[in-house]
Amino acid sequence: MLVIKDLYAKVEGKDILKGINLTVNAGEVHAIMGPNGSGKSTLANVLAGHTNFEVTHGSITFNGKDIFDMSPDIRAKEGLFLSFQYPVEIPGVSMVNFLKTAVNEHRKYRNEKELTAGDFLKLMREKKAMVQIDSQLTNRSVNEGFSGGEKKKNEIFQMAMLEPTLAILDETDSGLDIDALRIVSNGVNMLKTKDNATILVTHYQRLLDYIVPDFVHVLYEGRIVKSAGKELAIEIEEKGYDWIKKELGE
Amino acid sequence: MTEVLEKIGAVPRISEIYGTNLTTIADGLPGWMNHTRYPALKAFQRMGIPGFRTENYKYTDLTRLFENENFRRSFTPDNFEVNLSEVFSCDVPEFDTHLILTVNGWYDEISNKDTQYPEGVIVKSLRNAIKENTELVEKYYGKLALSDEDPLIALNTLFAQDGIFIYIPDNLHISKPLQIINVLRSDDDLYVTQRNMLIAGKNSQAKIMLCDHTLVPQQFINNNITEVQIGEEAVIDIYSIQNQHNKTASFSGIYVHQERSSELVTNAITLHGGIIRNNLKVLLDGEQASAKICGLALSDKNQHVDNYTNIEHIKPNCQSNQLYKNILDDNSTGGFTGRIHVLPYAAKTAAFQRNNNVLLTNAAKMNTKPQLVIDNDDVKCSHGATVGRINDEALFYLQARGINEKEARLMLMFAFAHEVLAEIKIEKLRDVIDQLVNKRLRGEVSKCHSCALDCIR
Repeated sequence: MLVIKDLYAKVEGKDILKGINLTVNAGEVHAIMGPNGSGKSTLANVLAGHTNFEVTHGSITFNGKDIFDMSPDIRAKEGLFLSFQYPVEIPGVSMVNFLKTAVNEHRKYRNEKELTAGDFLKLMREKKAMVQIDSQLTNRSVNEGFSGGEKKKNEIFQMAMLEPTLAILDETDSGLDIDALRIVSNGVNMLKTKDNATILVTHYQRLLDYIVPDFVHVLYEGRIVKSAGKELAIEIEEKGYDWIKKELGE
Repeated sequence: MTEVLEKIGAVPRISEIYGTNLTTIADGLPGWMNHTRYPALKAFQRMGIPGFRTENYKYTDLTRLFENENFRRSFTPDNFEVNLSEVFSCDVPEFDTHLILTVNGWYDEISNKDTQYPEGVIVKSLRNAIKENTELVEKYYGKLALSDEDPLIALNTLFAQDGIFIYIPDNLHISKPLQIINVLRSDDDLYVTQRNMLIAGKNSQAKIMLCDHTLVPQQFINNNITEVQIGEEAVIDIYSIQNQHNKTASFSGIYVHQERSSELVTNAITLHGGIIRNNLKVLLDGEQASAKICGLALSDKNQHVDNYTNIEHIKPNCQSNQLYKNILDDNSTGGFTGRIHVLPYAAKTAAFQRNNNVLLTNAAKMNTKPQLVIDNDDVKCSHGATVGRINDEALFYLQARGINEKEARLMLMFAFAHEVLAEIKIEKLRDVIDQLVNKRLRGEVSKCHSCALDCIR
């Protein structure tokens, strides 16, 4: 589904990613862990197409298509979804209008008929229940005045509405209390099928108790330095990252 | 001919136009009104054409416009013998108004003859009001729009012959909005003067809509002044929609006096127009009076839109709240000056002001200036101004959800604009203006539905 080859990227002239290789197949859950500043969020943003991040080398194909040929909205319509680490507040853009536009843009892209107002509201009710998002929130402007937890729930809610084939969850667990974490994780697990895949970007193993990964990768200084099964996350939780650095001879 | 005119300059030339047409201008109007003209002429000659050197017109230089114009003056009504109210129909469901039409500054007797108003309400031409409601008009005429304060007021007073007179009696609540449509139509370039008066009695309520339209592609200069008296506990909303073609220079002055516990809402929506200058002066002259002053201007090409407000807090415990926004595209320019003056006696004043602007190009330009003069130390006052671009992070967020860049930009611009539109209390009108603004932002011709007054050319 997703193939990243030898990816290098810069932010404001500074090299952040220095040769990433990663393959994600349908049905898989990958966790990307790593210390602060290792490039986790950069990778997530490069995948989504943020223009602040400049790719200097390498390739990314998504379902066989070169992703660098696609604007962020096309990537989204191709099935890629980024759950933002810091979802931005957009005063004046109502949640309903925003989601309706987004859902219908997706449908138009797939040559499907746009949803009627009634069908859209029905879909929204259904998905709201799934992520247990407060009904009041969807009557407000996008993320405006939402608490940290509500913003993250809202990301998962949008994911439920758009049903991506690849979801990249950038530190979705940060700022969540234990109940919110459970709800968010349940949402992600419910949306999981054999045809889609998830990349979890996280600092902590805690999230991985709820969303069990098939693979755990450690990103360090812009490279994936270690990949293993879910037991790697537990080892990191116990021992920190120092032992990996030592292994690398530092 | 033109060269000679340029040499003698705009002020002497306009003075001469007045001198030559003095008899026609004064014809049929009483001495007390005509006696306001000479002081207006002196004031105009003293102040000259507003330009960079006039402090209050720093952002709107009109000298070139006036130096170069040699427009016809409409000293007698242009009689088109067409009932415009018959060709006009607003097809918005349940959006029903009392329609009042003016043509080139003159109250249009033909179009207005069938309009019905609630009992006690007076709507007529200013000329007829002068004859039939002499006491009322004489008492208030020229008391708020002072020739000595502004050259455009002086010019308006100098040439004033007609306009609309509206009187709402005490305790009457008019539920249907009064919709005033100012139409400009002429076979040659035209200079128009219009003078209106609105008197709202105690505890009365009314909503006034002002629509400015151009019907033909000729050039226009339109100097329109309205004096508004709001009685105790009265609630008056004034919404204006400026939708004229881009060769029009439109000067609109609204001068308001508010008594105790009265409420005023103004909202000026500028969609199209060449040079637009809106002056708004509000005297909060009774305790607990409040004014909510809003404006939204969408400009592109070489448009210029300048809003100037002057809020005078005269009595204690009054509240004023200003919110102005501009979205500027292409080479358009804009200005906002918000003056708040709290007089020494006006304790417990609450006065707020905000001006937010979005520039879509590097060539667009916005000047914004708060002017707070506070002569009492028991007040709450604040002001804020921003000039910025579309928020890139918000844009990316929308794109990351599958919304293309163009649509995402429009959504953000619309969201920015909507805060001002949300202040419109008539729901149907708000919906109409929402749609107009949406179309305007999309660069589509924003004609008011099936309005036959085809204002965009």
